[in-house]
Amino acid sequence: MLKIVVCVKAVPDPKEADQIRIDPVSKTLVRVDVPLVLNPLDKNAMEAAVQLKEQFGAHVSVLSMGPPPAANVVKECLALGADQGILLSDRAFAGADAYATAYTLARGIEKIGSYDLILCGRASSDGSTEWVGPELATLLDAPIVTMVKEIIEHGDEWWKLKSGLDNGYRVVRVKLPAVLTVTRELNIPRTLSFSGIVKARRKPIAQWGIDDLDAPEKAVGLKGSPTIVSEMTTQESKREVEMISGTREEMAERLIQKLADAGFLSSN
Amino acid sequence: MMDLTFTEEQELLRQAAQEFAETRIAPKISEMEETGRVNDEVVRALGEAEMMALTIPEEYGGLGLGYTARLIALEEIGKVSVATAMMLQVLGLGIEPIILAGSEEQKQKYLPGLASGERLATVAVTEATGGSDPGGSRSTYKKDGDDYIINGRKVFITNSHIADTIVALARDEEDDSGRAFSTFIVEAGMEGFKATHREHKVGMRGCNTGELSFENCRVSKDNLLGVEGKGMRVAMAAIGDVGRGGMVGCALGLHAACLEASLKFASERILYGKPISNLQSIQNKLAEMKIDLDAGRLLGYRAAAIQDKGIRSSNEFAVAKYFTTEAAQKAAKVAVDIHGGYGCMEEFAVSRYYRDAAVLGPSAGTSDIMKVIIAGWILKPYRK
Ligand SMILES: Cc1cc2nc3c(=O)[nH]c(=O)nc-3n(C[C@H](O)[C@H](O)[C@H](O)COP(=O)(O)OP(=O)(O)OC[C@H]3O[C@@H](n4cnc5c(N)ncnc54)[C@H](O)[C@@H]3O)c2cc1C
Repeated sequence: MLKIVVCVKAVPDPKEADQIRIDPVSKTLVRVDVPLVLNPLDKNAMEAAVQLKEQFGAHVSVLSMGPPPAANVVKECLALGADQGILLSDRAFAGADAYATAYTLARGIEKIGSYDLILCGRASSDGSTEWVGPELATLLDAPIVTMVKEIIEHGDEWWKLKSGLDNGYRVVRVKLPAVLTVTRELNIPRTLSFSGIVKARRKPIAQWGIDDLDAPEKAVGLKGSPTIVSEMTTQESKREVEMISGTREEMAERLIQKLADAGFLSSN
Repeated sequence: MMDLTFTEEQELLRQAAQEFAETRIAPKISEMEETGRVNDEVVRALGEAEMMALTIPEEYGGLGLGYTARLIALEEIGKVSVATAMMLQVLGLGIEPIILAGSEEQKQKYLPGLASGERLATVAVTEATGGSDPGGSRSTYKKDGDDYIINGRKVFITNSHIADTIVALARDEEDDSGRAFSTFIVEAGMEGFKATHREHKVGMRGCNTGELSFENCRVSKDNLLGVEGKGMRVAMAAIGDVGRGGMVGCALGLHAACLEASLKFASERILYGKPISNLQSIQNKLAEMKIDLDAGRLLGYRAAAIQDKGIRSSNEFAVAKYFTTEAAQKAAKVAVDIHGGYGCMEEFAVSRYYRDAAVLGPSAGTSDIMKVIIAGWILKPYRK
């Protein structure tokens, strides 16, 4: 049976992104009163895991590093179909950059035991580095395929995947065990079901701290973080409104002209 | 110490219901508003999402999640579509008498189908003689060998034309006291049973209300629900707890929707160079809506928590039903007011909320009747 680990992150609800500010001194995100939710792309990773479980049978572990309230997100994944949940939570893990996060997750995965597949979202909606997946693969000495948008074939050993590029895709064969980071195109995540929530009652959630992992304190959290965000700015986006007047025909004419001028209409 | 916070699981249930309402119900609202008819896909979606299974015990194919969970689901669905919440509330109300009074065979026969949405339920009590006075209703039954023959007409029945499993109340034709009522499970397709007139309501369009007719409708003794002659108690227990509780869910959802629409509009509508949310009298309206919403939620979830302990909560739900339905009606009016002229236009959801609010009052007992019940409750120790 396939052993899958899905790495998920609790992020401030992107629907309330306008509530998030950047602290000008520490350059970290200030999250006031914004509820934590499952990172949107991690939903695609979860969905992929659950679909594989439904098709072939699999044992799905969900792994998250975060503060204690992130347990909600782990619980949500259990309700979506994961079999066991692990929250890596410890004061020592606080302030981790992508590398220290990947390091801690890697130690967590080692403790879980063997795996065939590790699934991550391509990026988190708050940090957006896209680094955790690749760093995790490096630390585990496993191959990685990023931006997976389709699983074309699952062999016993080799899988064939479609991996996204800016203007196209490539078809990749990868040997398991492997790490995949997934994109939105991969699937449409299912919504939570009541029966899933009821089933989640009987599924275990473990919380592991620094003492549970084979990791020195200097390698995790802020101390273990080799990257520092030195500058972070918000970008102002503006909308321009222009009212068009005239008869219907004139207005339509002018609207078409404007759209064409702005390059939204092509001649073919 | 009393804990007034929701559990992690309840928060997840809320999230599930919210996701469901936004993805499966919201896209169907304009069609429901236009046709005024029940949308088949909405009914199917409710079944697929196990919305009718919430209160049914697990051994009968339900989820056994209870009444707080039900209130959460109704509130979230009501935020998006009160019509759908109303339909669902009465689907649940129709199930309750079978849970409360059904025999083992009846539970085995009906509950699994009701949980999955293959069967759809309702309760038929009200008659033209007055819903506030169910004792005055005239539909009768008569024993005929191993069967019963039912005659009469029910009005204002939610789900009248979609339900196939109807819990109907009728009076014993041969009893002179006039107090011997029984409840029967009537199935669509039974001889002599027919859904007749469809109502056109001002609001909750997409939720079906209509009349049922029983003309020498023959049901077997297996369809008698509970003890013969004690049917009023079965019907009233279901309506008192689950019926009122359901209306609380509809009202809370509508109220929350009114507040949200008002906050959004007031923050976007610019007058005198500033959003009208800067005007103190608008702020007062918004604050009052919030105060009522929170008070209503506390009353509603208190009653549901009592019910989840297996204790009757009809009285507590009477308080909550009175408060929340009145408050939601007020909130709908204020929401329309805040929208100015836009509030009268169908493009703005608040105009629908206003019409929906008008339909909240009577079901499961009017506000007058809630006060009669509450007064009866608190005066009981003083009555000699
Ligand atoms: C949308 C909708 C759905 C419904 N769904 C169902 C359903 O599924 N099943 C079902 O059986 N019924 C259903 N009903 C019926 C509902 O229960 C009745 O409408 C309600 O009980 C009131 O009865 P009535 O309409 O006959 O009004 P009446 O009982 O005639 O009341 C008229 C007025 O008199 C007042 N009044 C009556 N008695 C008293 C009193 N003692 N003291 C003071 N004032 C009093 C009332 O408050 C009201 O203002 C539904 C109604 C509506 C509107």
